[in-house]
Amino acid sequence: MLSVAQPTSTWYLVLSAVLFGIGTVGVMVRRNPLIMFMCIELMLNAVNLSFVALSSQIANIDGQVAVFFVLVVAAAEVVVGLGIIVSIMRRRTTLTVDDMSGLKG
Amino acid sequence: MELFVFVIAAAMVLAGALGVVTRSNPVHAAMSLVLTLFGIAVMFVAHDAHFLAAVQVIVYAGAIVVLFLFVIMLLGVDRAEDLSVEPITNQRPLAAIIGVGISAIVIAAIVSSRAGLGASGQGVNETTLESPDANIRQLARVIFSDNVFAFEITSVLLLVAVIGTVVMARKTKSVGTGK
Repeated sequence: MLSVAQPTSTWYLVLSAVLFGIGTVGVMVRRNPLIMFMCIELMLNAVNLSFVALSSQIANIDGQVAVFFVLVVAAAEVVVGLGIIVSIMRRRTTLTVDDMSGLKG
Repeated sequence: MELFVFVIAAAMVLAGALGVVTRSNPVHAAMSLVLTLFGIAVMFVAHDAHFLAAVQVIVYAGAIVVLFLFVIMLLGVDRAEDLSVEPITNQRPLAAIIGVGISAIVIAAIVSSRAGLGASGQGVNETTLESPDANIRQLARVIFSDNVFAFEITSVLLLVAVIGTVVMARKTKSVGTGK
């Protein structure tokens, strides 16, 4: 075996923290609701990665079970969110979240 | 070898994530998202989570991104948008500072608490040549015994999501005419 550093779960956790940060910036910066949804998917994936890394670190399968349920909920969330976007786009032509400011009442 | 896999997969993940945030064309952003999701799947394989890696590719890259692309094409927003607009003054620098701050706080917590991570629980079965399906067997045993109620509730959640989307995305003309 080579004596180079082997990636420990700390590396994966740090990567997942960076990925979560990128997703957070994306949600705050972008104005297209589709892109904001993609950034939320990035954040969910960062959490999934940390679940799996910790699951193998502490040798407990429960982390992978949690990821399984997160995947299902993410799929449901995307379906509902895209349905909302499609029904909003029936009445508008441009797609930015600023156009939805009428929702504030 | 593990280092090599980690470096390649991490580069895929980060390049894809930056692509999602910075690309002006939504289709390109969706493609960048696929890159990130594949990188995550590679890391799942590196952690012996073979079932989750397969599900990641099938559900995320196969279903969710296709759904994104379908909606992009359906709405006709598959052209580059103007990224020079900054609705709130200094929005981007502030967002970058907040993002870096969140990452830094989490990384500091990880680094300071890594000594406390020890083995606990029943253990994760290693996938070997003799039992290539050890991971999926163990996962199924836990899901269908300890978490079977959550699993059933999940099916209800998916049904509610499907029905809700059909109701929302339906043409509202029939409702308007009092049908």
